[in-house]
Amino acid sequence: MTSQVSAQAEQAEGALVGDQQRGPGKEVRRLDRVIIRFAGDSGDGMQLTGDRFTSETASFGNDLSTLPNFPAEIRAPAGTLPGVSSFQLHFADHDILTPGDAPNVLVAMNPAALKANLQDVPRGAEIIVNTDEFTKRAMAKVGYAASPLEDGSLEAYSVHPVPLTTLTVEALKDFELTRKEAERSKNMFALGLLSWMYHRPTEGTETFLRSKFAKKPHLAEANVAAFRAGWNFGETTEDFAVSYEVQPASSAFPPGTYRNISGNLALSYGLVAASQQADLPLFLGSYPITPASDILHELSRHKNFGVRTFQAEDEIAGIGAALGAAFGGALAVTTTSGPGVALKSETIGLAVSLELPLLIVDIQRGGPSTGLPTKTEQADLLQAMYGRNGEAPVPIVAPRTPADCFDAALDAARIALTYRTPVFLLSDGYLANGSEPWRVPDLDELPDLRVQFAGGPNHTLADGTEVFWPYKRDPQTLARPWAVPGTPGLEHRIGGIEKQDGTGNISYDPANHDFMVRTRQAKVDGIEVPDVTVDDPGASDGATGPDGGAGSDGGAADTLVLGWGSTYGPITAAVRRIRGAGGAVAQAHLRHLNPFPRNLGEVLARYEKVVVPEMNLGQLATLLRAEFLVDVHSHTQVSGMPFKAEELARVLKEAIDD
Amino acid sequence: MTEALALVPKAEAKQSMKDFKSDQEVRWCPGCGDYAVLAAVQGFMPELGLAKENIVFVSGIGCSSRFPYYMNTYGMHSIHGRAPAIATGLAASRRDLSVWVVTGDGDALSIGGNHLIHALRRNVNLKILLFNNRIYGLTKGQYSPTSEVGKITKSTPMGSLDAPFNPVSLAIGAEASFVARTVDSDRKHLTQVLREAADHPGTALVEIYQNCNIFNDGAFDALKDREQAEEAVIRLEHGQPIRFGRDNSKGVVRDPATGDLEVVAVTPENEQRVLVHDAHTASPTTAFALSRLADPDTLHHTPIGVLRSVRRPVYETQMADQLEDAVERHGKGDLSALLHGNDTWTVVG
Repeated sequence: MTSQVSAQAEQAEGALVGDQQRGPGKEVRRLDRVIIRFAGDSGDGMQLTGDRFTSETASFGNDLSTLPNFPAEIRAPAGTLPGVSSFQLHFADHDILTPGDAPNVLVAMNPAALKANLQDVPRGAEIIVNTDEFTKRAMAKVGYAASPLEDGSLEAYSVHPVPLTTLTVEALKDFELTRKEAERSKNMFALGLLSWMYHRPTEGTETFLRSKFAKKPHLAEANVAAFRAGWNFGETTEDFAVSYEVQPASSAFPPGTYRNISGNLALSYGLVAASQQADLPLFLGSYPITPASDILHELSRHKNFGVRTFQAEDEIAGIGAALGAAFGGALAVTTTSGPGVALKSETIGLAVSLELPLLIVDIQRGGPSTGLPTKTEQADLLQAMYGRNGEAPVPIVAPRTPADCFDAALDAARIALTYRTPVFLLSDGYLANGSEPWRVPDLDELPDLRVQFAGGPNHTLADGTEVFWPYKRDPQTLARPWAVPGTPGLEHRIGGIEKQDGTGNISYDPANHDFMVRTRQAKVDGIEVPDVTVDDPGASDGATGPDGGAGSDGGAADTLVLGWGSTYGPITAAVRRIRGAGGAVAQAHLRHLNPFPRNLGEVLARYEKVVVPEMNLGQLATLLRAEFLVDVHSHTQVSGMPFKAEELARVLKEAIDD
Repeated sequence: MTEALALVPKAEAKQSMKDFKSDQEVRWCPGCGDYAVLAAVQGFMPELGLAKENIVFVSGIGCSSRFPYYMNTYGMHSIHGRAPAIATGLAASRRDLSVWVVTGDGDALSIGGNHLIHALRRNVNLKILLFNNRIYGLTKGQYSPTSEVGKITKSTPMGSLDAPFNPVSLAIGAEASFVARTVDSDRKHLTQVLREAADHPGTALVEIYQNCNIFNDGAFDALKDREQAEEAVIRLEHGQPIRFGRDNSKGVVRDPATGDLEVVAVTPENEQRVLVHDAHTASPTTAFALSRLADPDTLHHTPIGVLRSVRRPVYETQMADQLEDAVERHGKGDLSALLHGNDTWTVVG
């Protein structure tokens, strides 16, 4: 998912772009893109396998996008449908935007994995199954009366039956391992086979295995042996007559140094970078919660950046400690998911009242309540917007892709520090765990976030006395001074009780309360955010973006599709499909949900129809209708999974033709 | 200066009580025990000799939690029960500050019970002043988690049903390294306890029996009335035999059969058996047993003073050590190296 638009339509079905020979009797075909899904039991190591294939693919230089999908249980009952864990990877020789709708290749490690995933696999696709696991008992467990490998039900697919377990155990017979231990390496055998099929570089995986099992060298070598055995199996067996090449996506990427990065990692790095750019120590107060815990883990590793991480006794203490650190002059952060936000609400309200900088990172997941901890959703928008007592406005920033979490974190920090306010950073499970190539920025590209603490009196009383007023505001930003303990002469008391304008003393005066409520709102309303750009190739003013898109021949668009957050990939892929088929549609994507970009109302008014796809029941649509009196067409999905581009393209087509 | 405050800058000039009074009008009910505690704290602060800009008072919600407004230091009046959590973040990130928490029996033991026990076990460098009046004052008189069973209040017209917490027992059970109890009306004792708390590296919990003359007047009369107090109050002093009563006629001894503590009339025969108070002993067992001597209804045999004061690693000291250690091991953080990681590729234009 690079920021360049490719003319290639996302739906190209693994188009064949060239043939060549590889070894005796082995044909090599060139593809422009492939979608692979690894599926197995939660204990089969599918996430690790997917991660490794992703790293190989990233280092090869393809563009890529991933979708890990796993149950909330650590080890759900083996061999059952709820226990299936999968990892989908889309990689290409050009710029792509999503993990792909439907896999070209499914690797099914057991009957449950086959059954749970088959519905997503289009006819003609390749399916590699581990035949060893297709025992009567295992098949019965998921409701197969007869073996799907033998009853003809898979005739429409190109099935490769491979006794993965047997082959792995056989390959490791010289290692002193129990059968059970040897079987555990079958995922590496599968990875080796797929690496052969798609000409992936293998050094990275071997290095990785040796370092992962550094303390158990015999396990490291066993895994390397299984990995190589998988590769060699592909090379020698006749069942795999064809292998595939997907060239690096060099032309799709602007020049630079690249790495693969997941959303949670990018967000963590964004926070460290913000701390460095602000020259303030980073303090994270957090309580473990899926899918946000990775950020706590990651930041805990970077103490040499002066990062303090505090695993609190609960969500409330997590944000409480962060707010205390903010009072002390730290760049303070709390990380959580929706249920945690609910618990933190009162403290967020206090932060609104204290007017201290604070980042609240919400990695959204399926709700309500515990909901779907490992699945994605965008249903915390209204909670972030309104989920507090009283009038308690909080700015909201939402990243659009995994790599964009880095920039979004810096942007959220800018707003918090400039305006002395808590800020919501709304990521989600899809961004958090998904990954894509990222052009590593040079440090001089990063924004300067340095702040000025209050250093002395800021007000002169009628009698000429110089005093410090903690709520005397900057006339431009309406931000109040940040006077940190340790500064002589600025001793002051703040709290959640309404404060008198200026002095900050307790005040129950009706007119003052009315003024303070309106002023806090005006401060948030006045936050500077960039205008939303519209990608509308047919527009007469030549409006381009959000990614400097090239034109299509669709003519003037009367339909605008507007999204926010992680729907960017699927929406953009759908827009490409429409344009590829000659249709006209304009696209815009919101990073700032509060306040909205200044030009948003004008943009909405420009189009006859506005389609808003969201992974909730229409929360942004509700805000847009309330704010701009625009009758947006809300398209919603709350399946815990990201939108599919094909489905969105259909929705857009209907709207355009309507 | 003490180890607990070693990193806190000192005042340049001699301070007086007046320096610690803010310009805000004190708004507690006339006759409230909070006035006495405020005066004692303001009177004690100059003794510490700390730069007052490096002192922070953090409170929750309740009558006592208005305290920070009246101290001319930095302060935060936060939300109900959360002061220990907020103060933990502040203290952990700013070791140059002297951080005090002011809380009440409802704030600390009911809505904020979780934060209190975790602050105690972590041993963050906080001084927690728990004003215990055994009633909810600010919400006008409901029973609190320290109210005696059967308390008749607006929310319990037929008497409260739940057994109360003994805050000192609770704190000892929560691994507290410093636990003391004192009384609002005994300024000398209160000040001495504050002195020892301030001197303690780590979390210090000071329970202050405080009279609410509106909703629970006279709750601690048994400890304040001269006549009664002699028999009711056990004044603990480290290294001294635990004796009290008229002419020190009573003492605390260990029952050799059960190991429990009991109050006995001291005789020449049993005088050798009277327990010598050791606040610094590693085991919390005796301190806990002492905390259980008091009768929750009559308050007879209430120990006051420092029940426990032991050295344990201080949370933020160790946190800072880990940061230093990380720099020593890996070098100061290099942002560019972090962002690049170990697995990059280059696209040439």
